Amino acid sequence: MTTTKYLHVINHALPERTGLCDAILHEVLTALDGLVRDGTPHAIDLRGLPLTEVDREELDRRLGRGEVLVHHTLQAVSGAAAEQARLAAIASQPGEYLVVVDGSVPAKDGGVYSTIAGMTNLQMLEETVQDAFAVIAVGSCAAFGGLPHAFPNPTGAVPISELVTDKPLINVSGCPPIPVVITGVLSHLLAFGQLPELDALRRPKAFFGESIHDRCYRRGFYEQGKFARSFDDEGARLGHCLYHVGCKGPVTYNACATLKWNRGASFPIQSGHGCFSCSEPDFWDQEGGLYAPLSAGRWPGGASVGAAVGVGAALGAGAAALSRARKAAATRALQPPPTAPQPEPGDPAP
Amino acid sequence: MSLLAFARGPALSAALIVFLAGLCWRALALLLERRLPDPAPPRPGAPPSWVSALSTTIRRSWPAPAFRAQAMVPTLIAYAFHLGWLILLLGGTPHILFFAQFLGGAWPGLPKGVIDVVGAVTLAALLFALWRRVSHPVRALLSGLDDYLTWLVTALPVITGLWATSGGWLRYETLLALHILSVALFLGWFPFGKLMHAVLWLPSRAATGIRYGKRGART
Repeated sequence: MTTTKYLHVINHALPERTGLCDAILHEVLTALDGLVRDGTPHAIDLRGLPLTEVDREELDRRLGRGEVLVHHTLQAVSGAAAEQARLAAIASQPGEYLVVVDGSVPAKDGGVYSTIAGMTNLQMLEETVQDAFAVIAVGSCAAFGGLPHAFPNPTGAVPISELVTDKPLINVSGCPPIPVVITGVLSHLLAFGQLPELDALRRPKAFFGESIHDRCYRRGFYEQGKFARSFDDEGARLGHCLYHVGCKGPVTYNACATLKWNRGASFPIQSGHGCFSCSEPDFWDQEGGLYAPLSAGRWPGGASVGAAVGVGAALGAGAAALSRARKAAATRALQPPPTAPQPEPGDPAP
Repeated sequence: MSLLAFARGPALSAALIVFLAGLCWRALALLLERRLPDPAPPRPGAPPSWVSALSTTIRRSWPAPAFRAQAMVPTLIAYAFHLGWLILLLGGTPHILFFAQFLGGAWPGLPKGVIDVVGAVTLAALLFALWRRVSHPVRALLSGLDDYLTWLVTALPVITGLWATSGGWLRYETLLALHILSVALFLGWFPFGKLMHAVLWLPSRAATGIRYGKRGART
């Protein structure tokens, strides 16, 4: 499997071991135990950990190379050797390898805003996906553009779906995506050799088929009309529904409420914060911001309201004036015409 | 732009602007209208104007004994969907949060079960009112486009609201967008059709009461 990385920055390398290796090895052992015992998939994202070169060498020595052939953070080699590894991986399994893309791709000005090894990410993506079996866009940046794609999008960042149009593409959105969902999708591809069933946004229905709201353990409080009105009120302490404080669970489709994070320990709503729709397109630019209730509408500005009232009042006054003029004309038309004074008896004849 | 973003943004804003402009137009055109002078002196013993206005406003809220047999059912049906609409509007939590944007504060919302029951009763009453209108030859003859359009824009927010809270067939964001669009339609039509009675019923009843009260009549 070939993985291509675009956005993540490698953490600052420390000269010595951090002590994380033993903990990671324990995690890997537990995950493998689970996989062998009951088929439970696990994922450990090493990119978020402050690993040093020494750590990586230690992991490499004790775990071996595994199946990750190319990963800009995880691979042991760097520089020209890393690029050679990428090209070798492409050449070794044409039409059979998967490309897992993390991050959106700057497309403005020829993609010069992000380069690796003298190539733009745009060029590297084109070259890497050319002979791929399928592409998996991991994370909301790769799937929908994410933060780089948010207004005003200075680098012209685009999601992978806008660049890869002739290959099977799976979006595993989320900011971050759920590790188990990534392994679940990979497991499906490896086990069945075909893409899982996808929704309209090309996300696997098995994980993105239901809304957070539908699976939320606080749903009962929503039904009862019990809400937290701020993050530190009685409702919040009692674990009531977070709709008032901007939870976007009803319009967000992901598996957070069922799979949760850190081996099912918790997820944002369980930790007291509303869902802010990180697995949906353009969530950074959503109307009203992250903490506006879902039902909040956009009100016209003061100038628009003033103009509406002014135009309405002018039309009303004009209509009334017209009506008054017509009534006055009708009244005048109904008046009897003035007649000449009749001569009184005894008046002298003209 | 998604359908929900369009509904919450441009559609709702445009509807509110049309609503406000139309409301000002209708209200001012009626207020500034020239009143016909009534040169007749008040009948001896006629109540003061405010008493006539108040008593007629209250008295006409319930059918007079002579009409009770015919008017009681339609009156109850009308109360059912008017009050139901009001309860849904002010008791639904999403609605409260919508109003809280400009009122600055929220009030407790009703449980979903209550909202569902009130919504069902409101919709049933609206459907019954429509059936009464179309099934009676005279009422059908008297009904025009305004009547049916007014019924439609009144019923659509109830239908889409119940659908959004219950779910089914479409995703919640689509249902929410449809509900907001139905409200936009309601607001846009409000000043131009019979929905305007929501504003005009009070002054028109009061004016009728004053006019007849001056002649010593109870209406």
